[in-house]
Amino acid sequence: MLTFTLRRLILSIPTLLFISFIIFGLLQLAPGDPMAQVPLTVPPEVKQKMREALGLGAPWYVQYYKWLIQFFWVEPKIFIDYLTNTSFLFGWLPDTSFYQDELRVISWQTRSPVMDIVMQRMPQTLWVVGLSYVVGIVIAIPIGIYSAYKHYSVFDQAGTFITMVGFSIPPFFTGPLLIVIFSVYLGWLPSIYDTTHVVNDWESFKVQIFQMIMPVMVLALQTTAQISRYMRGAMLDNLNQDYVRTARAKGLREGVVVMVHVLRNSMIPVVTVIALGMPAIFGGAIITENVFKVNGIGQLLLTALFANDLPMVMTLTFIFAILIVLFNLIADVLYGLLDPRIRYD
Amino acid sequence: MTEQAIPASPIEADMETFGALTDKEPQKPPRSQWFDVWEQFRKHKGAVFGGSFLLFITLAVIFGPFLWDLDPKALDIRNKDWRPIYHALWDTDAVERGKVGWAHPLGSDQLGRDILSQMISGGRVSMAVGWLAMVLALVIGTAVGVVSGYFKRLDFWLMRFTDLALSLPILPLTLLAVTLFRQPLNASFGPEGGMFILIVGIIGMTSWMQTARIVRGDILALKEREFILAARSIGTRSGKIIRSHLLPNVISPIMVSATLGLATAIITESALSFLGVGFPSDYPTWGKLLADAVQRMQYYPERVLLPGIAISLTVLSVNYLGDGLRDALDPRIRGR
Repeated sequence: MLTFTLRRLILSIPTLLFISFIIFGLLQLAPGDPMAQVPLTVPPEVKQKMREALGLGAPWYVQYYKWLIQFFWVEPKIFIDYLTNTSFLFGWLPDTSFYQDELRVISWQTRSPVMDIVMQRMPQTLWVVGLSYVVGIVIAIPIGIYSAYKHYSVFDQAGTFITMVGFSIPPFFTGPLLIVIFSVYLGWLPSIYDTTHVVNDWESFKVQIFQMIMPVMVLALQTTAQISRYMRGAMLDNLNQDYVRTARAKGLREGVVVMVHVLRNSMIPVVTVIALGMPAIFGGAIITENVFKVNGIGQLLLTALFANDLPMVMTLTFIFAILIVLFNLIADVLYGLLDPRIRYD
Repeated sequence: MTEQAIPASPIEADMETFGALTDKEPQKPPRSQWFDVWEQFRKHKGAVFGGSFLLFITLAVIFGPFLWDLDPKALDIRNKDWRPIYHALWDTDAVERGKVGWAHPLGSDQLGRDILSQMISGGRVSMAVGWLAMVLALVIGTAVGVVSGYFKRLDFWLMRFTDLALSLPILPLTLLAVTLFRQPLNASFGPEGGMFILIVGIIGMTSWMQTARIVRGDILALKEREFILAARSIGTRSGKIIRSHLLPNVISPIMVSATLGLATAIITESALSFLGVGFPSDYPTWGKLLADAVQRMQYYPERVLLPGIAISLTVLSVNYLGDGLRDALDPRIRGR
C-alpha cells in the first residue's frame, strides 16, 4: 500500500507539470494585453519597458521556467517559514528562514504576491465549501440508507425525485431563488456574505450562522443529490447479498444487520465518490461565490480573468488542478485501504 | 404397476414425449431488440415524461418563432416592464397602468423586448449549444474509446491522455478559454457565430472523457468474443469490424452518456452566460436572461423564474430520460 501511494505520488508530478504546461500554453496564446489599462498618453517605448519589467519580454520557456521555480521552490519556502515562525500548529518548531528575498509570483492587478492574496481568500472558500460538503454528506447518507432499505416505498420515490431535482437545478438558479424568497420577501437572511464580520460573542455568532445558511445550503443541495444517489445504489447492491441473509439467519437484530454489516460494505464506493467530488465542489463554488458575493478564491479567479491578470489566473487554475490530482490520489488510496479485496501490488 | 398405461408401440411413445415439447399456444410473432427496449422504456414513467418534455421543448424552440413572430431584439421603450398575463388575476395596479396584456403574454423587459420571444430564441441557442456540444463530445469520446480499446499499441498512451484530461480543472479552464479567445474568434466569425463555435468547442472538448472510458471498457470485453474472431477469420478488415460489429454493440452506453452530456452542456452554457463570459449582451440565451434579471429580481421575480425553470425542467427531463434509457438498454433489467 505504501509503495502504491508513493508510486502514485511520484506519477502525479508529471501530471501536474503537464497540466501547468497546458494552462501556461493557453495563457501564452491569449491575445490579451496587460498594458491595455495603461493610459494612452504613456509613450510606446515606456510601455515596452513596463512590459519587460513584468517579465513579458523573455521567451516563453524562460517565463515558464521562472514560474515553475517561483511556484514549486520559492513559495513552499515561504510557506515553511510561515509554519515554523508564526503559525499556531507548528510554531513550536525552531524558526527557519529559507526565504532569501527571491522574486515571488506577483499579481499584475495589485503588484503584491499572488499567494498572499490567495491565503487571505482561502478561509472564506474553505468555510463555505467545507461546511456545505459536510452538511451535504450528513443529510445524504441517512436518506440513501433509508430509501434503499424501503425500496419502492413512498419515501424512496419522493427521495429519488427530490435528489433528481437537486441534481438538475443549477446553483445559479437556486441561489437567486433562495435570495428572492428568504432575503427579499421574508427578510430572514442577508443576501450578501459579509467576510469582514468578526465573531466574538453569541450575537455575532448568530449573524455568522445566518449569513452562511444560504450559500452552504445551495452547495449542499448538489452534494446531497449526488451522494444520496450513490449511497442508495450501493446499499441496494449489498442488501441482496448472501452475507446479509446469513447475518439475519443467525439471529442478528435488523439494526445491526443494516447499520453494521451492510452499511460498512456500502460505504466503500461512497467514500471514494466523496473524495472525488471534493474538487468539483470547489469548481461549483465559483458560481455560488459569485451569487452570494463571497470573496473567496472562485471570485478572485473571476476578477483576475476580467482584469487580464495572468499570473493570478495561472496560479489559481493550477491550485484547482492540484486539488483534483490530490483528491483523485486520496480516493484511490482510500479504496485500497477500505476494500481488502483490492490489491494494488 | 398395472394401472399405468402401456404404450402400444414405440412410435406412440415418441409422439407423446415430442408432444410435451411442442407449444400449446400459437407462436408469438418475433420481437426485435428495439421493440423490447421500447416496451421497457415505456414502463418508466419519469423517462416517458422526460422524453416528451424534451421533444416538446425542442419543437417549441424550433417552430416557436413561426408561431410567435415578435422580434426578440426589438426595443419598444413605451411598453417596457410589462408583467406576465397571469398578473391580470390579482395585480389591479399593473392592469390600470396597462402593463398586462396578450401583446406580451410573459411580459417585457426593461427595454420593452418581449420575454416570450426572448425565451424562444434563447432556448434555441441553449438547445443548439447543448445538442452540438453533446454530439462533439460523443464523437471524440467514442473515437478515443474505440481506438484505445481496439488497438493495443495506442491503448496506454490514449488512456494516460484521458486520465490527464480528467484531472484538468474544467470550469476554471473553460472560463479561461472563453475570456481569452473571444476576440480573435469574434473577429473572424462575428460576435454571435464566434461565441457559438467557441462555447460548443470548449464544452465538447472538455466532456468526452467519461464516454471514452466507458466505450473502451466495453470494446475491450467485446473484442475477445467469438463473433469478432469469426469476423476476423473470414478476413474482415479492422475498420469494417469496428463499424459493423463493435459500434452497434456499444450504442447503449453511448446513448446513456449522450443524455448526461446534453444535461452538462446546457448547464455549462448557462453557467458561462450567468458569469458574464457567454454570448454578447443583446443575444439572449436562457443563462443570459437569468443573469440579466438577477439585478432587478425583487421587482420582477418572473424574469428570473422563467428562464431558470426552463433550464431546470429541460435538464431534469434529460436526466430522467437517461435514467429510463439506462434501465431499458440493460438486458439484465429488461423483461422484469
